[in-house]
Amino acid sequence: MREVRLVYFAWVRERIGLSDEIVSLPEAVVTAGDLITWLKGRGEDYAAALEHENVIRVAVDQDHVEHDEPLGSAREIALFPPMTGG
Amino acid sequence: MAPAPSPLTARASITVRVQPGDFDTAAEIDALSAGRTDIGAVVTFSGLCREEKGQLAALELEHYPGMAEAEIRRICETAVARFDLQGATAIHRFGRIAPGDRIVLVIAASTHRQAAFDGASFIMDYLKTAAPFWKKEHLKDGTARGWVSAKDTDDTARDRWS
Repeated sequence: MREVRLVYFAWVRERIGLSDEIVSLPEAVVTAGDLITWLKGRGEDYAAALEHENVIRVAVDQDHVEHDEPLGSAREIALFPPMTGG
Repeated sequence: MAPAPSPLTARASITVRVQPGDFDTAAEIDALSAGRTDIGAVVTFSGLCREEKGQLAALELEHYPGMAEAEIRRICETAVARFDLQGATAIHRFGRIAPGDRIVLVIAASTHRQAAFDGASFIMDYLKTAAPFWKKEHLKDGTARGWVSAKDTDDTARDRWS
């Protein structure tokens, strides 16, 4: 188990109902995709927020990563929808 | 994601700000070119809040503090290296923004015009698809229409650079 801070933005934040939280990740959670799958099992709100896995973007310590990339020794992991700035 | 930047041009200046307040476009152009005689071209892009046929009361812009600045800086560094820019400025606002108000400013400076046009365009294309900002629309009737969806055309615009 390792502790990380999860942060959520836009409709991911609204659907989960939290802007951030500290969680202990099981060893089986290796990649960003593993994290999404694990989070979906934490409750209905998470399942609803992360229903369309493919559109969910992940940043590890404020750097974009693909779903198949390892989380490594991340301290902060962010999950959010496709970006719409500019 | 923007390709990794290569070492910067020696005198390139990069300014990145993420702020709630408005900015002065002319002052930012002056700041980028002040005291320099090697710049021959400056291109600016301003993004404004549209009224959406009179329905929109305001946009609410959410961002990821820290990463927003870092990602825009990475994009600007890549643009400076790729187009040999003399400088780049990118300012993005967050919070509540009314129709007609400025949202984003990008300035690219170079020796000749084409690099400045390309640099500004490149920075905007990556900013829209990789900088962590999200827009929510609030309508005049008091309802929230919800989060703006990302456009495939923005991905296409970005992909022409790769």
